[in-house]
Amino acid sequence: MSEIAQKVKSIIVDKLGVEESEVTPDASFTNDLGADSLDTVELIMEFEKEFNISIPDDQAENITTVGQAIAYLEEHAQK
Amino acid sequence: MQLKRVVVTGMGALTPIGNNVPAYWQGLKNGVSGAALITKFDATKFRTKFACEVKNFNAEDFIDKKEVRRLDPFCQYALVATDEAMKDSGLDVEKIDLDKAGVIWGSGIGGLKSFQDEAMAFARGDGTPRISPFFITKMIIDLSAGHISMKYGFRGLNFSVVSACATGTNAIIDAFNYIRLGKANVIITGGSEMATTETGIGGFNAMKALSERNDSPETASRPYDKDRDGFVLGEGAGALILEELEHAKARGAKIYAELVGGGMTADAYHVSAPHPEGLGVIAVMKSAIEDAGIQPTDVDYINTHGTSTPIGDPQEIKAIQKVFGEHAYKLNISSTKSMTGHLLGAAGAIESIASILAIQHQTVPPTINHFTDDEEIDAKLNFTFNKAQERKVEVALSNTFGFGGHNCSVIFRKYE
Repeated sequence: MSEIAQKVKSIIVDKLGVEESEVTPDASFTNDLGADSLDTVELIMEFEKEFNISIPDDQAENITTVGQAIAYLEEHAQK
Repeated sequence: MQLKRVVVTGMGALTPIGNNVPAYWQGLKNGVSGAALITKFDATKFRTKFACEVKNFNAEDFIDKKEVRRLDPFCQYALVATDEAMKDSGLDVEKIDLDKAGVIWGSGIGGLKSFQDEAMAFARGDGTPRISPFFITKMIIDLSAGHISMKYGFRGLNFSVVSACATGTNAIIDAFNYIRLGKANVIITGGSEMATTETGIGGFNAMKALSERNDSPETASRPYDKDRDGFVLGEGAGALILEELEHAKARGAKIYAELVGGGMTADAYHVSAPHPEGLGVIAVMKSAIEDAGIQPTDVDYINTHGTSTPIGDPQEIKAIQKVFGEHAYKLNISSTKSMTGHLLGAAGAIESIASILAIQHQTVPPTINHFTDDEEIDAKLNFTFNKAQERKVEVALSNTFGFGGHNCSVIFRKYE
């Protein structure tokens, strides 16, 4: 697993209070990990802070699963 | 219209001298001080370096870890005290009319820590707003009532009361009135506070409101003592389950006491100083006594506001003497703030509980830390100094007053 994927997972575990084993690539924040609309906003903000980037709203809307988050950040995170 | 009768069927307390009602009563009865050096932040540079904090408290023992992050401490405290009160009441939410079950919860300041932390984080940054999506819902006071309703499914009336240090009593009287009028069968009420933060201590310090007795925190809260020098900040929560009498009887509930009267007035005078003639305080006690349909001579115990400030303490006592006349000498008077410190918006809630416990145990909790009489305060009155006193307590009155000039008195009577 990439370093980025590892960081994304640990943010999700921390913010959503879920077990690491539940944080699978297909897991949806809202349907599988119990997030509500405020949680998803907070997750995006944490990703922005951790990876020092800004995620535009129209792109943030498409990040709804663990796998999508990892893919987006692996592409956009500042190396 | 015939007003309904209202009784107390459950209690919960999270206080600096005990984290539940039995522990709180042990602390009160034994004259324990809750004051110690502040642990929540580095107070080295503050004029006051101590407070009455809640001890050995881990929110995650009571509330889901994820939920804890979304709740300001004042709201965590509210949920913990409420949980004890609900369990104590034996109320079964499957069996009551949830549309007539309400919540009226108060806090003097609300999410002060959340506000302070968020503003400090922003100030440390480069101007980019990274405000948490939970900031607003952590900070605003009414979310306490909101979260309590979500936990128990109470869909009846739901709001918060704010009247500074009179808040807790104000909430209880509001709940009393709505049940009397038939607007609810059951109401969870009370108050919670957590202002032990840099801005809280610093703000009250700037007003010269706090004791600065840093060499002896446990004797700093000394109401009616000649050398009192201000209040000691407390934190915590008190919760009461108020219930319409017939509703309580029908389910065979344990009844602690009847709530028989409440008074609410204003000084209309100054933001923080009490009215020099005590007009609002005299009026509020008279109003509560009239509302209860009793005589001043029926009152056995007064749990005073008594915050240990130079000006406030004698003013309240003079008002008591005006209202009660010769009977004032037959009363037991005590300020339990000598032990708990001043819980601001939660004070009225935990002091109502102290008053109810005094009726239950026929024992008046003391005013601890009395060393020297103050010539301004009539020493012939019984302030229950330093040691609890056993006596007949049929009727107890509790006073709380708040910055802004808010005054509240509430009267509990032994249920028979």
